Amino acid sequence: MSRLVGWVVPLVAGLLFGLGLIVSGMMDPAKVQAFLDVGGRWDPSLALVMGGAIAVALPVFQLARRRHPAVPHGPVEGRLIVGSVLFGIGWGLSGYCPGPALVAASAGSAEALGYGVAMGLGMVIGNRFGALDLQRT
Amino acid sequence: MTIDWAQFTPMASLGGGALIGLAAAILVIGTRRIAGISGIFGEVLNGARDGLGWRLAFLAGLLAAPWVVPGLAGATGEARFPVSWPLLLVAGLLTGYGTRIARGCTSGHGVCGLSRLSPRSLVAVLCFMASGMVTVTVLRVLSGEAA
Repeated sequence: MSRLVGWVVPLVAGLLFGLGLIVSGMMDPAKVQAFLDVGGRWDPSLALVMGGAIAVALPVFQLARRRHPAVPHGPVEGRLIVGSVLFGIGWGLSGYCPGPALVAASAGSAEALGYGVAMGLGMVIGNRFGALDLQRT
Repeated sequence: MTIDWAQFTPMASLGGGALIGLAAAILVIGTRRIAGISGIFGEVLNGARDGLGWRLAFLAGLLAAPWVVPGLAGATGEARFPVSWPLLLVAGLLTGYGTRIARGCTSGHGVCGLSRLSPRSLVAVLCFMASGMVTVTVLRVLSGEAA
């Protein structure tokens, strides 16, 4: 892989990813909580973010799988479920998930910065205790 | 359930989503890497030397996003149900820990995993959507707002 591709492709991908998060409304914690508030005043917009993203990415990922030996899908284990449930609680409480939190922190949101620092600490704890065994699966 | 039509932004959300999908597609085609934010950020914090370069480049692009379009920087609002600072930090801890042990978040399991048709990712998405919805419902009830 050339040095140019190795740096420029992820840089451009990160930039487009961040712009997509901003345009879509994911960076607005009120909008995220409004999407998760299915029993209240529900704003279904963010389902369309996922839909739009998958509509573009799915054909490309399927093509990539055909061209290269497919990475096998891992098993569904307890940690997958427990971790995802814990993440959902954090997502609902704050209205932030990891990507939008980093972008909003960069944009100057004190809440996103505080949440992002705590998230980083949580990741370090997860790396130390719990995630290590998963490297083998 | 009542749909909040005043806040509904179908075109912006669909267009922004397509941009996110395009970013994930470019990364997987160009480098065969997965655009999962918790994995990228978590592996950098893990001190992983292998793959540090592309991860830092991706994060630099991500953090630059609000600064390349005039008027977008700082455009973040308050939550619908704002929580106290200690609870916000707990939310961050749960997100960081949870996404590491589940090996993915909304981007890695949601966008990329579902596009790979991964059963694990579908389970993860259903779990974090469900617990997110339950959490916000609890916040709304505690806030005293009528449904």
